[in-house]
Parts: sequence; C-alpha cells; structure tokens
Amino acid sequence: MTSLYEEIPAAPPADVPTRRVTITVNGDRRTLDIEPRLLLSHLIRQGLQLTGTHMGCDTTGCGTCTVLLNGRPVKSCTVLAVQADGREVETVEGLSSAQQLHPLQEGFKQEHGLQCGYCTPGMMMAAKALLERNPNPTEDEVRWALSGNICRCTGYQNIVKAVLWAADKMREQEG
Amino acid sequence: MYPSRFAYEAPATIGEAVAILDRSGPEAKVMAGGQSLIPMLKLRFASPERIVDINNIQGLDYHRLDADGSLHIGALCRHEDLEFSQVIADSHPTLYAAAAVVADPIVRTRGTFVGSVCHADPQGDWAATMIALDGRIVAVGPNGRREIPMKDFVLGPFTNALAYNEIAVEAIIPPAKGEARGGYLKLERRIGDFATASVAVALDMDGDVVRRAGCALAGVGGKTIDANEAISVLVGQPLTADSMAAAADAVAAAADPRTDHRGSADYKRHIVKTFVTRILSTVASTEQKAA
Ligand SMILES: Cc1cc2nc3c(=O)[nH]c(=O)nc-3n(C[C@H](O)[C@H](O)[C@H](O)COP(=O)(O)OP(=O)(O)OC[C@H]3O[C@@H](n4cnc5c(N)ncnc54)[C@H](O)[C@@H]3O)c2cc1C
Repeated sequence: MTSLYEEIPAAPPADVPTRRVTITVNGDRRTLDIEPRLLLSHLIRQGLQLTGTHMGCDTTGCGTCTVLLNGRPVKSCTVLAVQADGREVETVEGLSSAQQLHPLQEGFKQEHGLQCGYCTPGMMMAAKALLERNPNPTEDEVRWALSGNICRCTGYQNIVKAVLWAADKMREQEG
Repeated sequence: MYPSRFAYEAPATIGEAVAILDRSGPEAKVMAGGQSLIPMLKLRFASPERIVDINNIQGLDYHRLDADGSLHIGALCRHEDLEFSQVIADSHPTLYAAAAVVADPIVRTRGTFVGSVCHADPQGDWAATMIALDGRIVAVGPNGRREIPMKDFVLGPFTNALAYNEIAVEAIIPPAKGEARGGYLKLERRIGDFATASVAVALDMDGDVVRRAGCALAGVGGKTIDANEAISVLVGQPLTADSMAAAADAVAAAADPRTDHRGSADYKRHIVKTFVTRILSTVASTEQKAA
C-alpha cells in the first residue's frame, strides 16, 4: 500500500483536482501540482525529499517541523502546502552552504546543543527567526522564543547556550 | 494525519470571498490562521467541502487606534502582531498581557485575533478579553456589513453568530472612558497549553475612580464566563481593600469550573479569586505611586 504521503506530491490520481503552485524553497523556485489538502510538512519531506524537517507530534505541539514561511517560523504540519504559493519557504537544509556551516549549526556543535537530534531542525529554524529580529537576545528571550519547541531529551540548557553562541558569532561576523 | 479532500479557494478580495461562501452553502469554511481549523481537519472533527482561505486578501493585517480611541483589529492581524505592538503596549494593558500567553510563539505567527474569537473556544484567551473590553465583531455578508456585540457573538462552545456566508472582517474595542488599566493572568501547565484558569480585567479609570469595570474568565466553564456584572461593584469609587475583596469574591462566584485533569473545581475557583486580586492590587499600587 502506498501511503498518502508518497502519493499526493508525486502523482495524485488523475481524477483528483490539484492546484498549480509556485513555491520558492531554500532559494529554488518550484512549480508543482498538488492537492489542496497536502500539508506543507508532507510536501517538504515526501514531495521534495527534504527530510531535514522532522515530523514529531503532528498536532502542532512539538515544533520539530518548524520552517520559515516568508521569514517567520511556522509549524509546517499546520500549514497547507497551497498556502505557500507565491511565498518563500526555508528549511534547515537552507542554513548551510556547501562549504560552511551556519553559525547556528556551529553553535549547536560547539555547545553540544543536541542529544538525539530530533528536535534540532525546529530549534534552529525558530532560533534563526529570533536572531533575525533580535540579534542580541538575553537568555530569557531565547528561552521565550523557543518555548513552542519541545526537546524530549530535555537538553534545553545547551540549546539555549548554542543559540547565544550563534548570536555572538553572527554579531562578530556583522562586524 | 491529513485532512479529507476539500476544494480550496484563496480569493483576493472580501467581496469575492463572500460570493464564494454564499454560493457554496454551509459546507464551506473560512480559514484565517488555520491554527485551530487545520488541527480539526486533520483529526477529521471538521470535513468541509470547501475552504475559503482569506490569507491572500490584502489590507486585513492591521491593528490601529483611531482618533476617537477605538481600537480596530483586522481579520489577518496575527497574535504576534499584537504581542510586539507598541500601540497595544501603550494603550491596552489587558490585550497586551494576553497577547504573550496565547498558545506558543510559533502558533502566534499564524493564528489571528479575529479567528480565535470566531472559533469560540471556551478556553480561548481573546474571547475573554473581548468580553471584558465590551468589544464587537464586524461581519460582512452578501447584504453588507453589520456589527455584533461580543455578548451576542458567541452562542455556545465553538459556535458563533455568523451566518455561513458572512466573514468577520474586524474586531472593534471601544474607547476607554478615561485611562485604560487592567491585565490578563493565565495559569497553564506549560506554554502552549490552554488555560487551567484565566482572568481578564479591564478598568477605565478617571483619576483614581473606576468609571467602568469589565471582567471575563476562560477555562472555568462550558463557555467564556462573562463576569462584567460581578466586577461592577468597583464602579464609582477608588479601589480600596474592601472593594477589591468584594470584587474578587463576586467574580469567583461567577466562575463555573469543573474538576478535570487540570485541577479540581475548588482549586480553579481559588485561582480566579487570586488572579482578580493580583490584577486589581497591581492597578491600585501603580495608582498610588502616580498620586
Ligand atoms: C498548540 C496550540 C496551542 C494553542 N493554545 C491556545 C491558547 O492557549 N489560547 C488560545 O486562545 N488559543 C490557543 N490556540 C488556538 C489559536 O489561538 C488559534 O490561532 C485560534 O484559536 C484560531 O485562530 P486562527 O486564525 O488560527 O483561525 P482558524 O483556525 O483559521 O479558524 C478557526 C475557526 O474560526 C473560523 N474563522 C476564522 N477566521 C474567521 C473570519 N475572519 N470570519 C469567519 N470565520 C472565521 C474558521 O472558519 C474556523 O471555524 C492554540 C492552538 C494550538 C495549535
């Protein structure tokens, strides 16, 4: 049995109405015919094979599926893929270039900001959105901004340190 | 989880959206932030034939304070727009306090104030502030525009007074009679949880005299509890230890909590009383400092 996840983005049955959308994902413009009920998380993982975005609770609670939609963090399990039409999506794969890790990725490495790593992509995307608005956050502000993301290893201490590390690094780079 | 099939439209104007709703009949649903509707679609609690997504309508994301002091909140004003708003911080203490405790920061980037009021969840935070502030909803349908006072807007849990072919385009909070004071306190087990109990208090102060007092409660009844009458004992006098204690008792008596996994009925009623007292004492102590 093919799961709906695989079925929808690739080739929905001929009699199912689809909608043509153009979505920019990590800088690449993609034109796709998709079913309106397809969730953004399913498009990203099954349709575009960008499996860095994780699915956790699937009920808008855990935040591991967080991506940026026009620069703001959203839980991609709770956005329809058609709603990204004409908009920009950034996933964790968009953080690093081929040569260089993003300061957030480096920070998670330096400060041991992950244990099992399952929540990491969502944490990084939520943190990226924070640092874009607030390049010099306090520890409290970091905790507040990440309060929609759950880490079941309960490694919050190091996640917060990793984000503060990245903030320092990014301010240094800005000069 | 994924929703059952639906037809999808994302019109560019309110007129078009209303026309689609009108010809689709009651099986169509409006989508704003989708932060309540999409979970319901995924759980198949709702299986509408058609979704009318209003996110592509320009010019609905505003919130603005008019010259007469009335606050207008457009249908696409997100929770976080209010949380980070200087206008709200300066003019509406009750809304400002609530904005930071609705859901979690990521849900707040999508969910809307008006959508939350339309959703009519007995535990919703914004409905409580709307009742305390005597707000109203502006609806647009095929026959034009009408205003619905908040006390008539919520008919029951998850049921509002909109016709199937109407869209709520904005919420209006009337001008304060004097200086707007108050607050919002919510007890939640963790961030992102709905209220175990929460209290919205809105006071209009003329010097140290209370001109109008509003109060509503979430999480402590089968619907949002309108405690405006209970808190009206404060009106016409300065805040005193006696008046505040009387108000806290009256509001706690208006709550209708049930024992559940979030706590016992007695506990929740106690929280309500404590929260009313805390908000009022904070207002009273800043009044004293100002004097
Ligand atoms: C994890 C999580 C935690 C949450 N915690 C809280 C919380 O603590 N407190 C709280 O108050 N809320 C909470 N919510 C709900 C959240 O605030 C929603 O954003 C809100 O209830 C609905 O607003 P929306 O814009 O997302 O509406 P939608 O989900 O798009 O719509 C909700 C309903 O309202 C109708 N509707 C929406 N807009 C309009 C309109 N303009 N005209 C006519 N009908 C309309 C829709 O048809 C639908 O029936 C939480 C949600 C999640 C996922």
